[in-house]
Amino acid sequence: MFNNKKTSRLLSSPYIVWALIFIIVPLGMVVYYGFTDKSGAFTFENVAAITSLVHAKALGLALLLSVISTIVCFVLAYPLGMILAHNKMSNQGIVTTLFILPMWMNFLLRTLAWLTLLENKGVINGILEVLHLPGINVINTSGAIVIGMVYNFLPFMILPIYNSLSSIDDNVINAARDLGADARQTFFKVTLPLTVPGIVSGITMVFIPALTTFAISTILGGSKILLIGNIIEQEFTLTYDWNLGAGLSIVLMLFIVVNMVVSAMADNGEEQDKKRMPSGRSGGASE
Amino acid sequence: MSKELIRLEHISKSFDGELILDDLDLVIHENEFVTLLGPSGCGKTTTLRIIGGFEKPDSGRVFFDGMDITGLAANRRQLNTVFQKYALFTHMDVAENIAFGLKIKNKPRDYIEEKIHYALKLVNLEGYEHRMPGSLSGGQQQRVAIARAIVNEPKVLLLDEPLGALDLKLRQDMQYELIRLKNELGITFIYVTHDQEEALTMSDHIVVMNQGYIQQEGTPEDIYNEPENAFVADFIGDSNIIRATMVRDELVNILGTDFVCVDKGFGENKPVDVVIRPEDVELVPRGQGIIPGKVTHAIFKGVHYEMEVEASGYEWQVDSTRLFEAGSEVDIQVDPFNIQVMNRPESEDEEAMAIDV
Repeated sequence: MFNNKKTSRLLSSPYIVWALIFIIVPLGMVVYYGFTDKSGAFTFENVAAITSLVHAKALGLALLLSVISTIVCFVLAYPLGMILAHNKMSNQGIVTTLFILPMWMNFLLRTLAWLTLLENKGVINGILEVLHLPGINVINTSGAIVIGMVYNFLPFMILPIYNSLSSIDDNVINAARDLGADARQTFFKVTLPLTVPGIVSGITMVFIPALTTFAISTILGGSKILLIGNIIEQEFTLTYDWNLGAGLSIVLMLFIVVNMVVSAMADNGEEQDKKRMPSGRSGGASE
Repeated sequence: MSKELIRLEHISKSFDGELILDDLDLVIHENEFVTLLGPSGCGKTTTLRIIGGFEKPDSGRVFFDGMDITGLAANRRQLNTVFQKYALFTHMDVAENIAFGLKIKNKPRDYIEEKIHYALKLVNLEGYEHRMPGSLSGGQQQRVAIARAIVNEPKVLLLDEPLGALDLKLRQDMQYELIRLKNELGITFIYVTHDQEEALTMSDHIVVMNQGYIQQEGTPEDIYNEPENAFVADFIGDSNIIRATMVRDELVNILGTDFVCVDKGFGENKPVDVVIRPEDVELVPRGQGIIPGKVTHAIFKGVHYEMEVEASGYEWQVDSTRLFEAGSEVDIQVDPFNIQVMNRPESEDEEAMAIDV
């Protein structure tokens, strides 16, 4: 678009400055705090602190709950994406909007709403009581945190999956049936592999915020359940041990980087697909 | 004629309340190259999709080799399809694409390998086994799609405008390839296209469709030389289609002048349409023909000149190797054999089958 390299560099400079001030510098500060002690001397202690029982447990639990949430999101999102992609009808926009609608509300409000629903004297138990059914005890458990994670992050799983499903040409599915594949074989050999890029970006977009969250676990987990996000938050806001908080953050970042690398590899595959497509499709346009 | 293979009986189909096929009957014989030809929206693709099992007719039956397959799912039919825009599996390489149907049928590995090799050789793509579909040109992708279909040894190959996305030169090459393939495989091809030239070049049998009805069926020669109505005449190549009156058997009045023709049985003084192909209109110097006219345009087209002649209030299209410059005064004459007389639709029902130009 810009034939002049100078122009394009000039136009991109605000973004470069933005990235420098709000991404690179803070990251540098986290690394600095993470590898120094209070006196400013270099140390591995803050990073190594992850091996202490409390921290390791919090990290393990955070990993476990975010993996469970991601799986639940996937299991809910894939069939829904298929229904949405399959019904090429007019109310498809309405259905999509319904799933996006909660995102118009503040994230904390949404989570607090679940608190009122799940509380021991909350809405759900109230209804159960009226029906003379035994109450449930979900609040302040890992289950409540998973519910909160799934509810908040489900749209991030649905959208990329829906996008990749709806970009599959109907005739590709017809071709699989034509070649003798039944519905199940068609799904596992054609539909699912073709949507891997969407699945991977959905997983990334759910797994990372779920792994690092502290708001959901604070609100729905009470103070009993500590995820690694809560520990880091407390180091910064309660005990004011920035060095330890930064050190633990670096460890958490490693897990995220691993996830990013995996999804980048999948995205790469998708990019190649996109590069491949035009040669086929532009042929159609030239007619 | 060879054995009957596919029979469609009273097929109707509508989408969103719009009737696409109306009580369609069609018989397709073994080892024929059949083309369903018509403008977009004429129901040709829907007909193909009903044969392939991708659409269910609202009413009517589909028979294959004497068996009723109306309710049979696509994956259980003994036919394979080459789709518009190829529909290759982009996550598999060429060999995997071709092997797809055979792997589903659990064929032994040696057999599959042999078949892949055979099919690639047949479509002139040897050595392309491990290329990804996206790295191939449109023509190559279409060859892979054909190879993927034929390794399953279908009795019928359905082709849905397979050359539509290719450029002219490639399209012409592929037409010859398809004829060669059909002869080598000895199976039935059912081909859908809106391109009349493609249909004339390749087919043994052409079915001209419009607005859900079959307008005419026959050999390419029949369709071209003896169109049954103005729609067919207009759709198959350039034509002079003129309203005329059948004076009596073998005499038709065109634009106020009586022409001798060979058609009979239309009755006396009946309104008809006549079609005269541009190459059948003869231009002769003034005084030697039947009606006088004046050349208004003349364009050189390589093999012939394309001229327009104003005569008796009609713009005649004329193709001839002999040039009459624009402005020349000429006479027109037509050989009686080259005048094709057609019934003019009278009722509204018939009108619906006619052209909407």
